[in-house]
Amino acid sequence: MKLRFEVDLKMALAAATLALTAAPAFAAAPTPNYNANPNSGDTAWMLASVALVLMMTIPGLALFYGGMVRRKNVIATVAQSFAITCVVTVLWYVCCYSIAFGTNPDPGQNQYWGGLGDVMLKQVTMDKPYTIAGSTVTIPEYVYMMFQMTFAIITPALICGAFAERMKFSALLLFMTLWSIFVYAPIAHWVWGGGFLGAKVGVLDFAGGTVVHINAGVAGLVCALVLGKRKGLGHDNMAPNNLVYTMIGASLLWVGWFGFNAGSATTANALAGAAMANTQIATATAALAWMAAEWVVSKKPTMLGLASGAVAGLVAVTPASGFVNPNGAFFIGVAAGVGCYLAAVFLKRIFKYDDSLDAFGVHGVGGFIGAILTGVFADAAINSAGKVHSALTQFYGCLGTILWSGVVTFLILMVCKYTTGLRVSEDDELEGLDMAIHGEALHEA
Amino acid sequence: MKMVVAIIKPYKIDDVRDALVTAGVEGMTVIEAHGHGRQKGHTEIYRGAEYNSAFLPKVRIEAVVPDEIVSRAVEAITVAASSGKIGDGKIFVLPVEEAVRIRTGETGLAAL
Repeated sequence: MKLRFEVDLKMALAAATLALTAAPAFAAAPTPNYNANPNSGDTAWMLASVALVLMMTIPGLALFYGGMVRRKNVIATVAQSFAITCVVTVLWYVCCYSIAFGTNPDPGQNQYWGGLGDVMLKQVTMDKPYTIAGSTVTIPEYVYMMFQMTFAIITPALICGAFAERMKFSALLLFMTLWSIFVYAPIAHWVWGGGFLGAKVGVLDFAGGTVVHINAGVAGLVCALVLGKRKGLGHDNMAPNNLVYTMIGASLLWVGWFGFNAGSATTANALAGAAMANTQIATATAALAWMAAEWVVSKKPTMLGLASGAVAGLVAVTPASGFVNPNGAFFIGVAAGVGCYLAAVFLKRIFKYDDSLDAFGVHGVGGFIGAILTGVFADAAINSAGKVHSALTQFYGCLGTILWSGVVTFLILMVCKYTTGLRVSEDDELEGLDMAIHGEALHEA
Repeated sequence: MKMVVAIIKPYKIDDVRDALVTAGVEGMTVIEAHGHGRQKGHTEIYRGAEYNSAFLPKVRIEAVVPDEIVSRAVEAITVAASSGKIGDGKIFVLPVEEAVRIRTGETGLAAL
């Protein structure tokens, strides 16, 4: 929920006043068609944030996942992130931005979706003062639209970890298209676009713990359950092909996440700085916590554990980053590192599903831990919007997302099952997706 | 003439080569190999999932030597390749019928 905009309104006014005071220096130049609101410092930071968040998916997530699959599926795995980036970009321009961030003329409907008024971005203009969910932001709408697009890209790409090494590429494209339209865009509207979860329920979600991570994690769990296990699970050697890719991917995710969390301040101010500090502290703590838990249980501190713990910390601190203080971030890191380790190692073994790269274990569980703990650790000194906070309200926010994401993901999978089919053939799975689907292979250097 | 075949840990290759040269061995061939002995490989754990790697990386050295230095060559490898831990490898000695230097056509010991 973009509660932060209310906080930022005062700063926006102050910035606008400053801009006016400074105006004479530029008065002689032909006035471009900008609105009075944009603040160049905020806008510069948000332009950089867009690039950072895009980098999280390509190549960050692509490499993180690509390193964990078997050698015969590396190209197919990185191709998924890359293709999703392209598909969601086009969808975002065509209709998803409108559904998520448009303002539905019918206030009753606006609780649930933004309508089709902004299809093809037709209402995004250079000169319109830009308000979203009742607040005016200090950056141009084009920048805001791009920033939100990069979130819409990474969310479905996260799901790929759950069905890695067995889904058809055609099914992936159809699934991701429908999922972006019917799951991501509406939920983004509920929480951030002026819908009921943000505006009425008062869920605190600074940068997308619910919209992005719980959403993707739950969708991943449903995918893993519907698609079934990989052939040979528990018997074949499914060890990661290259943990250096995974380490590089996790590092790119980490750095890119500053755009994700600090960028979610939508301003270049102290709140962005607090979000950045919280992100760093929670991530490092969670990496150490996962490593320590693993060291105790299976006797070795692993690189995969460090990388996985870091991502778990990033996920968990996402909703909290602009609400908690560094102590809160530290505890969230500890909880996420240990909690996600237990989820990734024991949960799927107990319930016998094949969440191949732990999309649910890390993003679903980490997102849930972070969402609940945001309600516990929110500190009004960091963000006055977090003055009223409760773990229970946070839980309701999670519940709405879990239900909608779970049910609609299942329906979309059924559509795919009876049109494109979901899984590659057994032969193709054994041969590997790289050759079977794409006709490409890794070769020795 | 005998062929000495040694399967050793990859990181021991430089020590073993030096020891063989010191023992009077003129040439050798090195092959990257994978294999296991009585331990049947080792176990790796990734996020709690255990995978058994049956074949571990090894290096296989082949050297054809005159009969009189076979024992010295075997001794050299035994000392240089030993770490005292499981997986140090094996040495085999095989009879060789003939050797030919391709460039000159020399045969027998002269070809080594």
